[in-house]
Amino acid sequence: MIAEDTLAGILARLCPMHLLVDDSGVIRRVGPTLQKLRPETPMPGQRFLDLFDLTRPRKVGCFADLLTGEGKLGVAFRDAPHTALKGQIVPLPGGAVIDLSFGISLIDAVRDYALTSADFAATSLAIELLYLVEAKSAVMGEYGQLSRRLQTARISAEEQAFTDTLTGLKNRRAMDHVLTRKAASGMPYSVMHIDLDFFKQVNDSLGHAAGDHVLQQVARILVEETRQEDTVARVGGDEFVIVFDNLTDRPRLRRIAERLIDRLQQPMLFQGRPCAISASIGIAPSVEQPLVSPAGLLRLADLALYDAKHAGRSTLRFATPRPAEPAWTRPAAGKDGETAPPSAVSGRDS
Amino acid sequence: MHGLVNRAIQSFVTDTYGPDRWRRVTEAAELGDFEFEAMLIYDDAVTEALLAAFCADLGRSRGEVLEDLGTYLVSHPSVEALRRLLRFGGDSYVDFLHSLDDLNDRARLAVPDLHLPALDLREEGAGRYTLACGPGMPGFGWVMMGILRAMADDYGALVLLEHHGPHADEGADDEADEVIAVTLIESAFAAGRAFDLGARAG
Repeated sequence: MIAEDTLAGILARLCPMHLLVDDSGVIRRVGPTLQKLRPETPMPGQRFLDLFDLTRPRKVGCFADLLTGEGKLGVAFRDAPHTALKGQIVPLPGGAVIDLSFGISLIDAVRDYALTSADFAATSLAIELLYLVEAKSAVMGEYGQLSRRLQTARISAEEQAFTDTLTGLKNRRAMDHVLTRKAASGMPYSVMHIDLDFFKQVNDSLGHAAGDHVLQQVARILVEETRQEDTVARVGGDEFVIVFDNLTDRPRLRRIAERLIDRLQQPMLFQGRPCAISASIGIAPSVEQPLVSPAGLLRLADLALYDAKHAGRSTLRFATPRPAEPAWTRPAAGKDGETAPPSAVSGRDS
Repeated sequence: MHGLVNRAIQSFVTDTYGPDRWRRVTEAAELGDFEFEAMLIYDDAVTEALLAAFCADLGRSRGEVLEDLGTYLVSHPSVEALRRLLRFGGDSYVDFLHSLDDLNDRARLAVPDLHLPALDLREEGAGRYTLACGPGMPGFGWVMMGILRAMADDYGALVLLEHHGPHADEGADDEADEVIAVTLIESAFAAGRAFDLGARAG
């Protein structure tokens, strides 16, 4: 039989958090690292169960009961800090060896007790675990920063984008570019401004998902009813603009607008429920306003749309030819210094 | 080349020589106004162009510049995390030297797509060691020279280092190993810097 001193010497190196206890549960020897956790209270001479609370197994009548089971232990110091330890108890003649380990509480324990690598057995994976935790948090930190930068880049890319993400149509920025190019090219074109009627009611009664669905259906119809070379843009919540390339003929534009209104009035189903909308349309062909800039033409189409709205919705209006670049604009609430157009009907809700 | 390596070069240039120098170097390397992301992968040619431009700008050899980079990686406060990770290699400079055998595995454990050259430490006796750097990053041996020197300071050890093998400026033959001869004259020459296991680097 190996002498206790020899055994304790071996255990101190292999299992620096071991305890040698006698069969009544009194500690006879303690590993250097375990003792380091309570430098003021020498452990030898104390009862194991006075020093530690058992969390596994829970129901133990006396210390000897620990020796009969599978020997897996969960314990925590009775005094603060209540570091939790896991362990294994193995019976010896006249007592037992208990080997303890920090388990997942390692990270806190290393900080709380200022442990160094010398406190762990040469074979322990504690240092590798600490290395991994630290390396992983450094890497996660880098990924976190990367995500934030990508998010910022995404926002700025969206701001610079030409596409309306909901409908896949061009957005207002893209339309402004198209209009600028039209003006430079000198080719005839027309601007059609479309505002949905009753869209707010759909949104309010059936929810935003229904509203989004309607906008997508509208976009599909506008694209189907126009040619490849025309530009279809969503320029506001439920406002759309079509720029017709090389097309200024009133009867043709009227037919297109009427067909659009007709199609948009067909109820669209969302989750089996009908969403009824319509559209008002204002049209401004460039040849009728030779001195007007693209932005001015857009304003004229807007004014015509305003007239259409007040004519009772689901209808279309052409812009009245103007002698020169007008300062008129739709009499929007809260904008100062703008002159209401002569044809505007005030006092009605648009 | 992994973004971490590129980012390390960028931090080295900006922390040591200032952000203006970084801009000048990226312009010279025809990268424009450029910053690396640590967690993305870049074409090796980008790293190559950058290093060439940086060495030309400083008017120093690539070996010297890479050795300075290695020193920076261990000693500059803004990369303190890396020094700590290296200190997990062991309690003494000798333990640290032995941990270099696992350096590429350790790196890969933390960042699976980071492939560092394999390192092979041989004990030659009487405090003499040789460290062979495997292929993959020409000039990595010079970076290791800087790391070994700065880590010796960190542990308070006194060492002599010699770089053998392909010179970094010749560059072309990246299959031949670079070998570093390490002579440990005294392992407790100075106090070194403290390493607290539980103190996470900010």
